[in-house]
Amino acid sequence: MTSLARIFLGLVLVFLYLPIVVMAAMGFNASPLYALPFDFSTHWYEELAGNGRLIEAGWNSIWLAVLTAVIATALGTLAALALWRRTFRGRAILRILLLPPIAIPWLITGTAMLVFFFWTGIGRGLHAMLIGHVALAIPYVVLVVGTGLQTLRADLEEAAMSLGSTPIHAFFRVTLPLLMPSIVGAALFAFAVSLDQFVISYFLSVPGMTTLPVEIYSAIRKGFTPEINAISTILLVASMIVILGFARFARPGGIGERS
Amino acid sequence: MSGVDVTGVAKSYGATRVLTDITQSFESGTFTSLLGPSGSGKTTLLRIVAGFVAPDEGSVRIAGADVTGVPVYARNIGMVFQSYALFPHMSVAANVGFGLGRRGIRGKAARAQVEEALEMVRLPGFGARHPKQLSGGQQQRVALARAIVIRPDVLLLDEPLSALDRRLRQEMQVELLRIQRESGLTTIFVTHDQEEALTLSDKVAILDRGRIVQMGRPAEVYERPRTKFAAEFLGDANFLTGIVRAGRVEIAGAAIATEDRLPPDGATVTLAVRPEKIAIRPADAAGSGALENSLPATVASVIYTGTALTYMLRSGDLSLKVFAQNSDGSPLAEGSAVVLSWAARHSVSVEG
Ligand SMILES: Nc1ncnc2c1ncn2[C@@H]1O[C@H](COP(=O)(O)OP(=O)(O)O)[C@@H](O)[C@H]1O
Ligand SMILES: [Mg+2]
Repeated sequence: MTSLARIFLGLVLVFLYLPIVVMAAMGFNASPLYALPFDFSTHWYEELAGNGRLIEAGWNSIWLAVLTAVIATALGTLAALALWRRTFRGRAILRILLLPPIAIPWLITGTAMLVFFFWTGIGRGLHAMLIGHVALAIPYVVLVVGTGLQTLRADLEEAAMSLGSTPIHAFFRVTLPLLMPSIVGAALFAFAVSLDQFVISYFLSVPGMTTLPVEIYSAIRKGFTPEINAISTILLVASMIVILGFARFARPGGIGERS
Repeated sequence: MSGVDVTGVAKSYGATRVLTDITQSFESGTFTSLLGPSGSGKTTLLRIVAGFVAPDEGSVRIAGADVTGVPVYARNIGMVFQSYALFPHMSVAANVGFGLGRRGIRGKAARAQVEEALEMVRLPGFGARHPKQLSGGQQQRVALARAIVIRPDVLLLDEPLSALDRRLRQEMQVELLRIQRESGLTTIFVTHDQEEALTLSDKVAILDRGRIVQMGRPAEVYERPRTKFAAEFLGDANFLTGIVRAGRVEIAGAAIATEDRLPPDGATVTLAVRPEKIAIRPADAAGSGALENSLPATVASVIYTGTALTYMLRSGDLSLKVFAQNSDGSPLAEGSAVVLSWAARHSVSVEG
């Protein structure tokens, strides 16, 4: 790598991480008005410990993201297998129909969901958010897993069958392990889509039962303290641990195995 | 004893007829090549024998048992894929042992058989490696070991050498033949390379647009092609078309002799003559008289390749090709008048 490229990469990383570092640092600054000079204090974390609303919203966010990742990955992987490994009428149209939801503005999707959930009696609340987040995440999962499937040669499964594997055995011994990196990647995507989600969560939340982004938004409107920075930092660290854990877990399946 | 019997097999994809009435026996322990141009249905036939494709009509018997309705995994076959299809997430030993595991052979017994198979393909001690750490030729050997370790009733190979470079390919041909001889497996080998088919096979089956047009020992198929297609696909051929007259064939003013049975007078027939079977001499030189056929011609062009010469000739409105050894170092000049001669048994009557 040339030194110019290295400098460029360094700048990109600074650009990405500097605001986050500043945000985290402010959580440890005693001033409630984000004033400098920096005066180290864990005051806001202590305050946060007593702020039930924020903490509950944080837990809601994490649970919602985990459940969304699990459900969307399971459903999306099955859909990808059907769309790329089976032939049936309307397959081409279904594949094409997968893409628009990704491009439709969340505001519109959110409005549609609100109206639809109202009609069908699903209503609002965490359960509605879960349905919404799963619906939102599935197209990403199908795309990521589908792409992985396309790079996986079909003759590997055939080779297993020629050696005596039933189709199901071939799937679990050959296809699934090789697809694992894609599935884990897709789960991360789904996790991030949910954790990051504001618009739809905002539409579907009921007071007192909401996610962190929505809670932060309403806090900002009311006037806020660096407690927000404290909880954001905790959430950031938590999700980084999840992501790094996933990345480690993905390796034995063989990200590097495919050439 | 029968290895594989294919009876009356036909297969269409939509309106495309891919295989038509294939009836063929592959004798136990023999090495048979399915030879044909791309799209002639070789892979489809092989996959029908394997059980990946169900024929529309006909039946497949392997080792005496009708397996037409039996899925791949319940047939005892070994298959080598063109792309090797090694499992990238498993070691070489796990790859080779995969089929043994499916047959309930595990632990020490499996390890011993895996090592034996790896020795057979000359990769002893490679068990712990991963496929991506091996060269193309080595991966090919592992794929072969994986297919033979289960002692299949038939070994199926779909153009397994076509991804290798020329030198490695020749080396693998020799290895493949040795392994087939040592294991005694009934082998069906798909290729579009005629030289490969002739070198390796006990029997060659020539496929043309979904039909087996001829099957026989390599020399038999080469020397006595039954159709124009077979003659052309397996080597080079001159085709001489003429009218039958008194037990001979009138072509370009000459009466050509053949040992093949001819239709009655007045019928049109085509004779195939291999370019290396034709002797060429200047028109003013004395002939030996031993060869039944002779045809005056003019040299149109000469291709000089060192050891051999290829003459392109004209006789009336007939174009001919002759391969000659470069024995005296002075090729006949372009435009010179020559006489071509060949034995009656080298005029092979072929179907259009
Ligand atoms: N699954 C399939 N669907 C439709 N057509 C096919 C399929 N498999 C093969 N064919 C057609 O059948 C013909 C023979 O194919 P193949 O058996 O692969 O020939 P070869 O191996 O001799 O090149 C080709 O015209 C090919 O397009
Ligand atoms: Mg083929």
